Order: sequence, then C-alpha cells, then structure tokens
Amino acid sequence: MIYRESGQFKTSYAADQAMFPIRQDRIFIALLLVAAVAVVPVVVSEYAIRSILMPFLILSIAAIGLNLLLGYCGLISLGTAAFMAVGAFSAYKLATGIPDLPIVLNFILAGLVTAVVGMAFGLPSLRIKGFYLAVTTLAAHFFVEWTITKFGWFTNYSPSGVISAPPLDVFGIAIDSTTEKYWFVLAWVLVLAVLAKNLVRSSVGRAWMAVRDMDVAAAVIGVPILKTKLLAFAVSSFYCGIAGALYVFAYIGTVEPQAFDLNRAFQVLFMVIIGGLGSILGSFFGAAFIVTLPIFITLAAAPFGGQIPAEVLSNLELIIFGILIVFFLIVEPLGLARLWQIGKEKLRLWPFPH
Amino acid sequence: MLEMIYLDPLFAIEVVVSGLLSGIMYSLVALGFALIFKASGIFNFAQGAFVLFAALTLVSLIEGALFGVKLPLLLAAAVTLVIMVVYGMAVERLVLRPLINQSLIILFMATIGLNFFTEGFAQMLWGAQVKRLDLGIPEKPWEGLRLATGITLSVFELVAAAIAGVLVLGLTLFFSKTTTGRALRAVSDDNQAAMSVGIPLQHIWAVVWAVAGIIALVAGMLWGAKLGVQFSLSLLALKALPVLIIGGFDSIVGVIVAGLIVGASEKFAEVFVGPYFGGAIENWFPYVLATVVLLIKPQGLFGEKIIERV
Repeated sequence: MIYRESGQFKTSYAADQAMFPIRQDRIFIALLLVAAVAVVPVVVSEYAIRSILMPFLILSIAAIGLNLLLGYCGLISLGTAAFMAVGAFSAYKLATGIPDLPIVLNFILAGLVTAVVGMAFGLPSLRIKGFYLAVTTLAAHFFVEWTITKFGWFTNYSPSGVISAPPLDVFGIAIDSTTEKYWFVLAWVLVLAVLAKNLVRSSVGRAWMAVRDMDVAAAVIGVPILKTKLLAFAVSSFYCGIAGALYVFAYIGTVEPQAFDLNRAFQVLFMVIIGGLGSILGSFFGAAFIVTLPIFITLAAAPFGGQIPAEVLSNLELIIFGILIVFFLIVEPLGLARLWQIGKEKLRLWPFPH
Repeated sequence: MLEMIYLDPLFAIEVVVSGLLSGIMYSLVALGFALIFKASGIFNFAQGAFVLFAALTLVSLIEGALFGVKLPLLLAAAVTLVIMVVYGMAVERLVLRPLINQSLIILFMATIGLNFFTEGFAQMLWGAQVKRLDLGIPEKPWEGLRLATGITLSVFELVAAAIAGVLVLGLTLFFSKTTTGRALRAVSDDNQAAMSVGIPLQHIWAVVWAVAGIIALVAGMLWGAKLGVQFSLSLLALKALPVLIIGGFDSIVGVIVAGLIVGASEKFAEVFVGPYFGGAIENWFPYVLATVVLLIKPQGLFGEKIIERV
C-alpha cells in the first residue's frame, strides 16, 4: 500500500526516463538528501562523522568505480587500491607542484591521470578475462606500490614515504572543519553517483552490460569491444582516483603508501559483492556494511569488557568477517541491493499477500 | 650489474640454482591451488591461509599446546594431517556445497571469506607469535658439492626440492592410475557428464579438498621451517598466483615448471637487473612476467587450450 504507484501517470518521455520514476522514491531520496546535508552535521557527533561517515562516503565512490567495472562490464579487478593510490599521489603532486590550481580541477586531473594508468593496465583485458585478469590487475597493484615507495619524486622526497595533504580550499573558501570536509566529500559523492547512474542507463552502460553478458554477441551487434572495455577501465579508475584523492585530502590528511595495500582492494571488492553487483545503490549499501561491521563487532564484544584481549578480538573480527561474507554469498549472492528490491516489492503489496 | 654474469659465472649459476630451489617451494603452494582448480574450477584463494593453519597446528602440537603433551614431529604431523583433512572436508561441506551452481566469481569471493576466517581461526587457536619449526634438516651448505664444484647450496633446499618432487610424482600417479584420480579428472573436464556416468561429485570434491589440505601441510612444514611459522606464510598465496598463471591453472606439471621459471627468473632479475631500478623488484617481477605470458599464451604454458574468444 505504502509503495503503490497507482495514480501516477507518465505523460512525457522525460517522466518516463526519470531516474526515480515513482513519487515515493523521489520523496524518500529528497528526505535522505536533506538529512545528509542539513541534519547529519547537527545531530551526528564530529567524531562519528570523521570515523564512520567519511570513510563510508569516500569508499562508496571507490565501490561505485569498481562496480562499474566488475558489475556492469564484468571485468574483475584487484587493482582498486593501486588506482586509489595513483589518484591520491597525483593529486598530491599536483597540489604541491601547482599550488594555484583549484582543488576541484586538481582532483579531476588526478582522476584523469588514474584513468590513463587504469587504461594501461586494462589493456590485457582484451585478451583475457576472469581470474587471469585479476592476476594482471594484481601486477598493476604491486607495480604501483613499488613505484610509489621506490621513487622519492612521488612523495616529494619525504624520508618516510609519508605525504601530508596541503590544506583544502575551494574557490577561496577554506575547508578545514570536519563538517565542511563532510560537505565537500558529500558533494563529490552526489555528483559522481548521479553521473554513474546516468552512465549505466545510457548507451555506454548498455554496451558494458552487453560485453559482460556475452562479448561475442556484443561484437556481432556492433559494440566495439576494445573501446568499451577500455572505457570501463578508464571510468572505473577515474572514480577510484578521486576516491583516493579524497581519502588523503579530506579524510586522513597524512598518508603512507601502505594505506592502499591489497586489503584495501579486497575491502572495496567486498563492498561491491555484498552490496550487489551491477547496482549503484548497492555500492552504498556495501560500503556502509563493510565500514560499520568492525564497529558492530567491537560493540558486541563490549559487554565482555576487558576480558577479551585485543589480539583475540582482532582475530575474532577476521573470523566473523569471513563467516559473514560466506553466509551472505550463500544466502543472497545478489547482495543487499537485491534485498532492498525484495523489500520494495513486499511494501508495494502490503498488507495483501498478492 | 649484468656484467657480473661474465665476471663471476659461478655466482650466476648459484643464483639461478637457488632460485630454482625456492621456485619449487612456490610450486608446492601453487599445487594446492591447481589441484582444486583442476577438480572444481574454483580458485581457492584460501590456500595460503591453509598453509598457515597447517604450519601453526603442527608447531603448536610439537610445543605441547594440546593437553600439555609435547608430541614428536612425526606424530604431530600425523595429527595435523587428520586435522587438515577434516578441515578441508568441512570447508567443502559447509561453504562450497551450498554454493553449487553459483558463478565462479561468487565462489572466488567465498574463498576470500574463507581466507579471512582461516587466518583468524588459526591465530586465535594457536596464537599469533612467530614460532620456530625444526624438521631436523640442517640449514647448511652441502659440503660435498661445494668442494667439488664451488657452488654453495643449502641441504635444506635440496631436501625440500626432493619432497616436492615426490609429492608431484605421487599426485601424477594418483591422477593417472587410481579410480578416484581418474574420476577427479572426469569431474574437472565436465562435472555434469561425470555425474551422469555415476561419479559421486560431492565425494570427489571432499577428496580434493582433503588432498589440498595435505599439500598445505607439506608446504607449511617446509616454508615454516625456512621462514619461521608466522602470519606472512599466508601471503605465499600471492607468490603462487603468477606461478599458476604461467603454468596454466589446471596443469600439475605446468605448475612445477612455472615455479622453477618464476623462482629462477625472479632471483636472477633481483640480483642482476634489479640494481638498475633501485632494487626490490622481486615483488612485482613475477606478476609482470605472468602478464607477458598471458598476452602471448592466455592459457599458460601447459594449460588446456580453452576454445573461447575474448
């Protein structure tokens, strides 16, 4: 009943092609936006914004990026962390090399640099796929890691290999409080999410899905395989690059190359899998789940006070994490996005069974 | 640095041979991957964690973690063997059987989850500190060889290579001579066809996972004795990946040859080419090598040719 779309007629093509065709969805999204922009900074503590919301938002950008590649184009990549590192370090180099460059332009340039790197490492995808591709993207990961730690130029010869982001400032307005940084990140997330959503609804997205579902058939109907796959790598890397840049500039501030290790790549991969392959909304669900999971585990352990040593707790975290992933895959391989869809269907009929 | 090859050819040979021997150690880990992939098409990312689990269990049993009884090496190895077999079968039963008919990427994800679980489980059970494992094989140069040819090779590495050789021979015989082994190959070719001629698929998978557990134990023993039993053992999986790629995922012989190639070329590159780039290229060199091999021969050097257009 709550979710009935009866009485809502579409009288124009624009209405038919709207991103949220159902009124309830539009209301819900509008409320969510108002809450995220205006209510959250007031209600949620600064600490929670910094330690939960910021990583959630930034990693959801990376998750959207990987989802475009893996979920829509069917190309598996374990190079996410490396691409984030490329974005972070090129934004850093740009910011220190050209201090007058506006930060938005800087990030976009950093994203483009990452896109070029991603395309270079995406080239093998033309001949191989599946796990084999995963391994070549691992090559990207280790190569990038080595390059950044080995050549001092990337870190401006900082002896420890650690870089510190210069202060943020958007068109002359300094961004230094947590709330301001949160808005800054949120703006990026919104723009990039809408862009991604529109991208996958357009001919580009359809070409990706065609290649994912059957590349030979896609080629037969005239989808250029080379261009489509490389474009997927480029767009995906662009998103990861921006996520990496935000990670350093808006979230951590000071970062070492190890922040972008292989575990980060797996973390984003899990976000995509648990959230739902081929769903932009799912990327947010997945990111929220993975970011908050350790917090829930710690909370669940809290009643036992100090009885559980930290070492056991961190191992317990690994165990629960592993079990949950396997459990999720067994129960709902299509991810949280699918659960959301089922929930909406149920609400549509409720309280009637059919 | 390349001129060093001419200046000191013996040193170059030594580098290559010690690389070959450590390559065999990589093959040992990669074997576990190849076996499961061959039989079920699953890429078991958790194999490295299995190695860690096996090695930790073995050391803890020797040190008397179980009821304070310090078991001798052989008995401890036997108990660990049983534990690994049971663990492997439990994994098959609890994780993979419910996931039958899912796409391979989902199965791959599940083994990454399994990897986390196994790492946490092993370390919670037996503790995370670095332990020493003594197999009673001396880690010293083989005097006879050194006096005869001037090449220094460790006895330990030679023994490890021999064990790996025996294991491969045993597996090859198992695959070609026994009924179970043949059934296994049938399953790997086409599991529906195998089922329709009456091969019990689940039974076969249980066997495969048990064997993978055994290989993990052997790899864990040798690597544990070499590096000390510690968390980094589970990272061996990452070393084994390029080996698998180069050899072809489903070839036992390919894995061994590729292990040798990776071991030798990586050492060679590190010692003679690495200094040009500032060193430490050992980490990514095998991957780049694997990528190059993939571009030329997508199925690996010995892999079964897949007739599929990409």
